[in-house]
Amino acid sequence: MDLIAFLDLGPHAAFILWSYGICVAVVAGLIAWVRVDRARQDAALRELEAQGIGRRSTQRTDA
Amino acid sequence: MALIDLANPTRFLSLSRSLLPWLTGLCVLAFAVGLYMSFFVAPEDYQQGDTVRIMYIHVPAAWLAMMCYSIMALSSLGTLVWKHPLADVSAKAAAPLGAAFTFMSLITGSLWGKPMWGTYWVWDARLTSVLVLFIMYLGLMALWRTMEDPIKAGKAAAVLTLVGALNLPIIKFSVDWWNTLHQPASVMRMDGPTIHPDILWPLLVMALAFTLLFFVLHLMAMQNEILRRRVMALRQRAAAIRPATATASTASAAAE
Repeated sequence: MDLIAFLDLGPHAAFILWSYGICVAVVAGLIAWVRVDRARQDAALRELEAQGIGRRSTQRTDA
Repeated sequence: MALIDLANPTRFLSLSRSLLPWLTGLCVLAFAVGLYMSFFVAPEDYQQGDTVRIMYIHVPAAWLAMMCYSIMALSSLGTLVWKHPLADVSAKAAAPLGAAFTFMSLITGSLWGKPMWGTYWVWDARLTSVLVLFIMYLGLMALWRTMEDPIKAGKAAAVLTLVGALNLPIIKFSVDWWNTLHQPASVMRMDGPTIHPDILWPLLVMALAFTLLFFVLHLMAMQNEILRRRVMALRQRAAAIRPATATASTASAAAE
C-alpha cells in the first residue's frame, strides 16, 4: 500500500481517522498528565528545600 | 534483584530512572514499526475492508485495559497480604492508565461498530462488561481522592480492586457464555489464533507497542506518586516544626 492508497481508506475513512485521532489525543493527554504532575512535585520539593526542609537521610549525609 | 529489594522507594526511583530511556526508545520504535505495518503492510480484510485497521488499536487497547486491572489486582494483594510499601503506589499509578485504555477500547470499538454492525452500541455481554470495567476504574480513582492518608486509601482501594477483579473472567468469557454480537476470541484461543499472519503480525507488534507505552507511563506515574508522598511528609514535618518554634519564641519572650 503506497502513500496514495494510504490516503484512500475506503468509504469508512472518517471512522478510521477519528479512531486513530482520539487514541493519539488520549495518549498525548496521558503523557502531558505525567509530565505536568512530575514538574509540580519537583517544584514543591525545591520550595521545601529552599525553606530548609529536607529528608532526614540527606541531612544525615550532609552532617 | 528480588521484588522486596524494590520496596525501598529511593532504590526504585534510581532503577526506574535508568530503565525509562530504554523502554521509551523501544516503545517509540515498536509504534513506528506497528503503525507502518498496520497501514502499509497489512492488507484489507475481505469483509471489513480498510476498517480492519481500527482493530490494530482497538484490540491492543482492550488487552491493556484488562492487563492493567490485573496488575492492579496483583498490587492489591501486595498491599493487603505482603504489605509491600510500593504495592499501593503501583495500583494508584495504574488506575488512570487503565481507565484511558478502556476508554480507547470502547470508543474505537464503537467507531468500528457503526460501519460494520450498523450501530455504535449494543448492550451485549462483552461491551457491557467492558463498560463496567471503565466505571470501576473511575470509582477507584475517586476512592483514592476521598482519603487524605494514602495508606488508608490504598487498603480500601485494594479491597475494592480485588472484588472488581471478578469482572475480568466475565469480560474474557462473555463471548462464550452468552449470545453476543461481539465476535468470539480470535487470538487467545486454546487451538491457536484464527487470524491470517498478514493481519496477526501487525496486531501483535501494536500490542507490544501499547504494552511498552503502559510500562513507561506506569513507571513515570509511580515516580510521581513517590515524590508526592515525600512532599506530603516533608510538609507535615514543616508544620510540626513551626508550632514548636513559635511556642519556644513565645516562652523566651515571656521570660524576658
